[in-house]
Amino acid sequence: MSLDEKTAAGQAAAPHRRPPVPAWLLGLGPLVLIAIVLGLFTVLNAPGLNRLSEGVPPKEEIAVEDVRLTPGQIAITVRNEGPDPVSIAQVNVSDYYAMFTQTRETMAPLESTTLTISYSWVDGDPYEVALVTSNGGKIPAAIEAAALSPERGGSFFALMTLLGVYVGVIPVALGMLWMPFVRRAPASWVRILLGVTVGLLAFLAIDATLEATELVADNRAFGGPMVVFLGAAVAYLLLEGTDAWMRHRREPAAEGTSAALPPHRLALLIAIGIGLHNLGEGLAIGSAYAVGSLALGASLIIGFAIHNTTEGLAIVTPLAKQPPGLPRLAALGLVAGAPAIAGALIGATVYQPALAAFLLGVGAGAVAQVAVKLLPMLKDKAGMTFTAATTAGIILGLAVMFTTGLLVLA
Amino acid sequence: MLSGAAALAAVPAFSTFQAHASSGHDQHGGGSGNTASGNTGTATSAAATSHAGHAGFAGGSVLPGRAGIDPTAILRDFDRGKTSLLPDGRTLRVWDIVAVDKDFEIAPGITFPGWTYNGRIPGPTLWAREGDALRINFTNAGAHPHTMHFHGIHTAGMDGTPGIGAGSIAPGQSFTYEFDATPFGTHLYHCHQSPLAPHIAKGLYGGFIIEPREGRPPADDEMVMVMNGYNTDGGDDNEFYSVNGLPFHFMDFPVQVKQHALVRIHLINVLEYDPINSFHIHGNFFHYYPTGTMLTPSEYTDTISQVQGQRGIVELRFPFPGKYMFHAHKTEFAELGWMGFFEVGAA
Repeated sequence: MSLDEKTAAGQAAAPHRRPPVPAWLLGLGPLVLIAIVLGLFTVLNAPGLNRLSEGVPPKEEIAVEDVRLTPGQIAITVRNEGPDPVSIAQVNVSDYYAMFTQTRETMAPLESTTLTISYSWVDGDPYEVALVTSNGGKIPAAIEAAALSPERGGSFFALMTLLGVYVGVIPVALGMLWMPFVRRAPASWVRILLGVTVGLLAFLAIDATLEATELVADNRAFGGPMVVFLGAAVAYLLLEGTDAWMRHRREPAAEGTSAALPPHRLALLIAIGIGLHNLGEGLAIGSAYAVGSLALGASLIIGFAIHNTTEGLAIVTPLAKQPPGLPRLAALGLVAGAPAIAGALIGATVYQPALAAFLLGVGAGAVAQVAVKLLPMLKDKAGMTFTAATTAGIILGLAVMFTTGLLVLA
Repeated sequence: MLSGAAALAAVPAFSTFQAHASSGHDQHGGGSGNTASGNTGTATSAAATSHAGHAGFAGGSVLPGRAGIDPTAILRDFDRGKTSLLPDGRTLRVWDIVAVDKDFEIAPGITFPGWTYNGRIPGPTLWAREGDALRINFTNAGAHPHTMHFHGIHTAGMDGTPGIGAGSIAPGQSFTYEFDATPFGTHLYHCHQSPLAPHIAKGLYGGFIIEPREGRPPADDEMVMVMNGYNTDGGDDNEFYSVNGLPFHFMDFPVQVKQHALVRIHLINVLEYDPINSFHIHGNFFHYYPTGTMLTPSEYTDTISQVQGQRGIVELRFPFPGKYMFHAHKTEFAELGWMGFFEVGAA
C-alpha cells in the first residue's frame, strides 16, 4: 500500500522532478549507442552497402615527404594519403629499375614507408624517381640536383644549433638594443613604434600562413592546408584563454573590462608569439637544409638576421614605461629567439610536412593574437587607436618586413 | 669528389641487394613456376647469376608460373593448327582463338590486367605454309568488343577491321576468319578495335608465320621473339618492356642455343606508345631478312630497328660458347626490361 502511495506521489511530482539521472550519463548515452551501431555496421560489413565499392579500382594517393641521398643510395619516405592501401612494388630511377628495400610493404591509409634505393647517383644530376605501385601506377619524386644529404651526426646538430643562434637568438638580442631609445622616446613616438610592431607581427602572421600552406599544398594526408588554420586558431584561442584565466585569477573584479595588458605581460606574450614563429622558421630552415634544397650562403643568414632583428624591437617597445632588469630582458630574448634552434634541430631530423605546417600555423596564430593585444596600447589621449601616426607605423612595419623578407628568397 | 665516394659505396650496397634478389627466387622457386617453364635446370643456374652492374628488378624477374607468362616456352611454340587435306590437295589449318581477360604479374608485385588471345601475351604464334587455306574460329570471351586483324593478303571482309565485314566481334560473339596463307614471311596479327592503342597494348597480338612453299634452308633452332611493352599507369609511355611478354626473363633464364648451330629468329615488334624498337646482339653478327618475304638477306649487322608492326628474320650462328647479351639498343627499353642472354653450349 505504502509503496503504491509513494509511486503515486512520485508520478504526481514527475513534471517537476524527474528521476535523478546524472547529466553526464545523458551525455554519454548517445555516444555509447553510436559506438554500438558503428560496431555492428563494421562487423556486418556495411549491410546493403557492401557491394558499393565492387569494381571500383583502388585509389592510390601518395605524398612524398622526404628524399635523402647518401653515397650510392636514395632514401625516399612516402605517405599514403588516400583511402585505400597502397603497395610500392618497384622503383624506377630515371628509367632504370633499381634494387631497393622498404620499411613497409603495404601502406594502410595515413601510414608511411621509407624506401632505400640502391643507385649510384651522380653529383649535381637531376633524377626522376617513379615509385611503381602494385597496380602499375607511378608516383613521381623529383630530385632537382643530386647532392649528398647532410649526415645527422654531432657536427650536424652543432651546425643546426649555430644556425638557430644566428637566425634567432642573435638578431632578437640585437633588436632589443633599441631598449634605451624606446625608454627615452616621447609617448607619441612609442605609439608609432608600437604601430610598427603591430605591422611587423601582422606580416609575420600572413607570411607564416602562406609558407605553411605551400608546405602542404601537395600533401593532403593530414588535411593539407587545414592544419595551418587549425594551428593558428588553436594558438590564438589558447593564448586568449590563458590571458583571460590569468586576469581572472589575479583580479576577479576587473573581469570583463578590456583594459590593455600590463606591459611586462604584453612583452612576454610578444616574446612567446615570436618564439613560436621562430620555431616554425627554424623548422623550415632545418628541413630545407636537410633535404639539400637550401644553399646556406652567408647572404641568406644575413637576410634572416636583418629580418629577425625587428622582432627584438617588437618585444621591448611595450616596456617603454616600465624598463625591466637585464636578466628579464635576456630571458625575453631567449623565449623569442631560442625556439629557432629547436626548430632547426627538429626540422633537420624528424621533418614531416604536415607537422611543420601545423607548427608554422601555431606561430601565425600566436603573433596574430599578440598583434591584436597590442592594439589598445596604440590609443592616444583622445582614445583613438588608428591615428595618422599609428597607421603610418603599421604600414612602415609591414614595409620593413616585406623589404627585409626579400633578402631571404632562398 | 662526392660522386667518386658515391660510386665506391655502391658496391657493398649492391652485393647486399643481390643476396636479397636471390632469396626472392628461392621464395617462389618451389611453386609451379619452374614446372610450368619446363627448364628447372636453367632456373637453378640462373638464380646464382650475378646481376651486379645489370639492370633488373628487386627480387629478380617474376617466375613464369607466377607471372602467367613463359617467354622461354613461347620461343619455340609454333601453333600449326588442326590440319586436314582439302579436295584440291591443299592443306586446311584450323585454329580456335578465344579472347579472354587475364591478370599477369609482369614484374614482382605488379599486376597487369591484360587482354589476351588464348590467355597468353603474346598470343599463340600461328604457323602455316604458303598457299594453305586458313580458318581461324575467333570467339570473344572478353568484356570488350575485339577483332583479329591479320597482316597478309586477303579480302576486305576478312580483315578484322571494325565496320568492314563482320567488323567488331561483340563479347560473347564469334566469327571465323578465312583466307589463304600469302605472302610468305614473318607477320603478325592483332586486335583492330578502337581505341586501337589500348586494344593492342593490353596484349592482343601474336606472331603469324608463313613458311615459303619450298621451305627455307633448314635451321637447327627456330624461334619467335615478340617485342612488347606494358603501359601500367595509363600515361603515354610504357613502364615495362620485354621480349615474349615478361621483362628481364631472359636475364634469369637465358635462351639456350648450341655453338655453330643455325639459329633463326622471327623478330616482331608490336610495341605501342614508342615509335621505334630495336634488337642488338653482343659478340656476334646476323643476317637480316626484312619481313621475311625474300630469301636473301638485306643486311649483315648486329643491330636493327623496327617500327610498330615491322618484323623480320634474324639468322645467326654463335662461333663461341658462353653467355651473350641481346637487348633493345634503345637502352632505356633495355633497362626497363628488354634485355636478356643467349647461353651458347659448346658443340
